[in-house]
Amino acid sequence: MRTVAALGRSGLEIFWFVLGCFRLFLDFLYWLLIGPLRGFRVRLHETARQAVRMGVNSIPIVFLVNFFVGVTLAVTVADILRIFGAIEYTASVMGVGFWRELSPLLTAIIMSGFAGASLAAEIGTMKVGEELMALEASALNPIRFLCVPRLLAVIVMVPIVTLLGNVFGIYGGYLVYYSMLDLTWAQFYDKMLDAMKVKDVWVGGMKSAIFGGIVGLVGLAQGLQVSGGAEGVGRATTNAVVYSIILIIVADCIMTVVLYF
Amino acid sequence: MGAKGTSGVDRDSQFKKGDVIVRCRDVRMSYDGRPILKGVNLEVRKGETLVIMGGSGHGKSTMLRLMIGAEKPDSGTVELFGQDITKLSEQELYPIKKRFGVLFQSGALYNSMTVGENIALPLREHTDLDEKIISIIIKLKLELVGLRDFEHLVPSQLSGGMKKRVGLARAIALDPEIIFYDEPGAGLDPVMLAVIDELIMGLGEKLGVASIVVTHEMQSAFRIADRMVLMHGGLVLAEGTPEQIRTTTDPVVQQFIQGKAEGPIPLRLSSRDFAEDLLGG
Ligand SMILES: Nc1ncnc2c1ncn2[C@@H]1O[C@H](COP(=O)(O)OP(=O)(O)O)[C@@H](O)[C@H]1O
Ligand SMILES: [Mg+2]
Repeated sequence: MRTVAALGRSGLEIFWFVLGCFRLFLDFLYWLLIGPLRGFRVRLHETARQAVRMGVNSIPIVFLVNFFVGVTLAVTVADILRIFGAIEYTASVMGVGFWRELSPLLTAIIMSGFAGASLAAEIGTMKVGEELMALEASALNPIRFLCVPRLLAVIVMVPIVTLLGNVFGIYGGYLVYYSMLDLTWAQFYDKMLDAMKVKDVWVGGMKSAIFGGIVGLVGLAQGLQVSGGAEGVGRATTNAVVYSIILIIVADCIMTVVLYF
Repeated sequence: MGAKGTSGVDRDSQFKKGDVIVRCRDVRMSYDGRPILKGVNLEVRKGETLVIMGGSGHGKSTMLRLMIGAEKPDSGTVELFGQDITKLSEQELYPIKKRFGVLFQSGALYNSMTVGENIALPLREHTDLDEKIISIIIKLKLELVGLRDFEHLVPSQLSGGMKKRVGLARAIALDPEIIFYDEPGAGLDPVMLAVIDELIMGLGEKLGVASIVVTHEMQSAFRIADRMVLMHGGLVLAEGTPEQIRTTTDPVVQQFIQGKAEGPIPLRLSSRDFAEDLLGG
């Protein structure tokens, strides 16, 4: 009974939080689309700076994770396909699996740790240090000034990093394939494209942009709602990662079911 | 008129330096159902320095936040330059916000920027000034607070007192007409405190800047104030010139300005009986 109550409570908490993220997203759209018409420019330089910061930091880990998952998946799948004498179709599974599902998901989860947590910590620290109030007092809206460039950066950067993740993962799979079948990259590549559709590519791209949005919104919203000193910042950072991962996985499931089921 | 028991508005004061530029009427505010401000009236004239005193937790910072438009009161009006800011939208407030500066309790410097960039930010965002001119303004403002050589440091390399001085340099970057100070003296050594006091007074006398200063430093308060108010229990308990405050017979005011532990001001903010609380009553 107590567990049920706790579940209900945290479900409600997440619901309110998601609602908060949604409102932040509307604010984001306002400052991105309507703000410039009223003379409030979007800070593109800052956006580029943030994008580089987020992207560069995460690339080594994105490489490691996608590459090793690529190797693991190839070995696992090849084992099954061998039974049916279709081992060369490992390439197809790698292609579809990574483009459509694995790279967007893995990369977004990694980015929730890199970008999401650091956004929550950064904005939370600014809130605690009265920096956000100082911005407001100088007639600078913190959403426009801080959140728009950061969210824009993460929405652009996650798909780019996901693309790299694809390459790393599929290359990991190819190494396995090569060691078993001695096929060239070109042959692997042909087999991979056999089973892939154009839809898989744009779905992968769309998913990763949406995941990027989730990572950014959750991190920023957690940072903005910090209260009570350094302890609050720590809590926001943890929550940013946990909530991002939950929301990414739920969103992934919904999109996959809607688009492919 | 006396300094005592006056939470009222207009009076015959001899410190009429100019037009009223800040006027708060019957401002009420509560947090989570707990009333913090119970009908505060304040006004400040052009070029005047108003010192707000009061025990910690008696709503001084809250009052400042209302006056800078960071929060809206539950009821009452807050007029800046003749406009009731409680009725303005965020964007309607921007022109007013560009006319005042704020020095926050902690300095509130932007930690990701250098000292120079902190001061440049309002200039870059709100003016069309050339970078050359901006760099001159930065040097001028830093010279004013005695930190000209610190332009390229970041806030984490500064002491608490230096952060406050940079915060002040930033607050005056756009040459504001009003400056709000939240405990500018806290964490400063006596010499630096005197320097900041000189600055506040200088800005008022030379440039006609009005200052609203929340402070606990009595010596400094009496030095800079044209007028003082004592906030207590969410109300303005006393108001007057430094002379009127000093000579008032109100025991609460006397206890506060003399800093005595004994007197009518209760040590605890709790209204519940201590013994009752202990016994779980
Ligand atoms: N954001 C807030 N939420 C809840 N309570 C607050 C908030 N800000 C201030 N308070 C409460 O309001 C009271 C007055 O605070 P404040 O204005 O900071 O006092 P002062 O600056 O005079 O020390 C305190 O009891 C404080 O706990
Ligand atoms: Mg305070």
